[in-house]
Amino acid sequence: MSEKIVELRNVSFSYGINKVLEDISLYIKKGDFVGIIGPNGSAKSTLLKLMVGLLKADIGTIYLFNKPVNEFKEFYKIGYISQTAREFNNMFPATVEEVVAANIYNKNIFSGKIKREEKTKVEEVLQIVEMSRFRKKKIGDLSGGQKQRIFIARALVNNPEILFMDEPLVGVDIKSQSKFYRLLDRINEEFNITLVIVSHDIGVISKKVNRLFCLSNGKVYEHDLKTDKNINLKGIYGENVNLLFHQHWEE
Amino acid sequence: MFEYEFIRRSFVMGIIIAMIAPTVGYFLVLRRQSIIGDTLSHVALAGVAFGMITNIYPIYTAIIFTVIAAIGIEYLRRRYENYAELSLSIVLSAGVGLASVLTSLGNTQGILSYLFGSLSLVSNEEIILIIALGVVILVTILILYKKLFYMTFDEESAYLAGIPVKTINLYFSILVAVTIAISMRIVGILLISSLMILPVAASLIIADSFKRGLIYSILFGVTSVVMGLILSYYLNLASGGTIVLTSLILLIITIIKGKKK
Repeated sequence: MSEKIVELRNVSFSYGINKVLEDISLYIKKGDFVGIIGPNGSAKSTLLKLMVGLLKADIGTIYLFNKPVNEFKEFYKIGYISQTAREFNNMFPATVEEVVAANIYNKNIFSGKIKREEKTKVEEVLQIVEMSRFRKKKIGDLSGGQKQRIFIARALVNNPEILFMDEPLVGVDIKSQSKFYRLLDRINEEFNITLVIVSHDIGVISKKVNRLFCLSNGKVYEHDLKTDKNINLKGIYGENVNLLFHQHWEE
Repeated sequence: MFEYEFIRRSFVMGIIIAMIAPTVGYFLVLRRQSIIGDTLSHVALAGVAFGMITNIYPIYTAIIFTVIAAIGIEYLRRRYENYAELSLSIVLSAGVGLASVLTSLGNTQGILSYLFGSLSLVSNEEIILIIALGVVILVTILILYKKLFYMTFDEESAYLAGIPVKTINLYFSILVAVTIAISMRIVGILLISSLMILPVAASLIIADSFKRGLIYSILFGVTSVVMGLILSYYLNLASGGTIVLTSLILLIITIIKGKKK
């Protein structure tokens, strides 16, 4: 058994009187490629925010690298790409390089000296996401898929151990999607980064996912993908969905 | 015109303010908080009135009032998370209400020079205070530049990058408050927020990186103040208003020129 990176124990969360997550327990191991699916409004993003500590659980405890999330301070170990990250104003004056470099973890406030190291690091991660030639471009001028690659580069710049992504394929056109899956696979396999991906769209979850969680009505259901091929999604998504889903998963 | 001591003084002060106001304003505009300048300047008015009544130097009382208001706004912003602009309206009302009551309480005749700014009455004490605070503001923004950039671009991710977002937000609000309090002497309470916003608005048309956006904002600010002061001297116009109108003209020219590209 490899180490548990994220663990939720009996976690509940509500917005006001609206209980959106109820008594959820799950864990994510090092090297996992986790997909979290569920219909709109099933609190997938909330679950992700709880995991990284942007929201606090009402009941229960969340552990990140074996530490309660509110005491977790080794931020360079995690990367998080929110859904809103891409929704900034396109007029915002920032280059690709500036955005990626901003995330370089640096305790020293007088950061002049390490400028060159930063440049090399930025170049390195931009090469991984194949965006080197856009280094000087204004980020608002890029397409949705290109922006998403930049945010992945930004997350990779600290060599994180785990990467959380909220709806990463929204705004990525169909043509670039397979290329995008390959990038995710590479991040997971080659760089050995644990991936947690939230999506409302079942088709989005690539074939490489080794753990799948479904959220529905405040509960989470895990499916063992090796044995549990006939996931009963009708209850969660309604009719029709099963067929699409099977097409995607049958080898 | 530079043979007069008071003119030389106002140029020194004007240029310092022309550098700090757009710098602070740049971050405010990009965080969609440009209205904060108006709110705090109305609170500064209350501070000035209080200083006049109690015979304390008005810039000091204005600094204290605006800093308290800035902290109040930060607190209310968290309290009304989804209606953040409400915090500005609340503090604005408080400022205007307090200012009008305080003005009626005692001798506040000189308040007009604070409303529209004035060149002639700048003392040595003021000039030293403004230079010192101006340097502190510019240096701290330079030190916090990268963190402020990250927070401006994406506050959630900045928090997850280990940046002490809450502390820096509070500290930045205090910088905004101090900027307004020291700038009101030259441009005037009613016009200070324009000097924080107009140069930035022009810069955003042409900026292609965050760094250059900040540099252009400062350049537009300094140009407006220098041109405005010269024009106001020769045409015998109110300095604050001339500065603001100059920066407005620069903005219009930039918008027209920028469109052709």
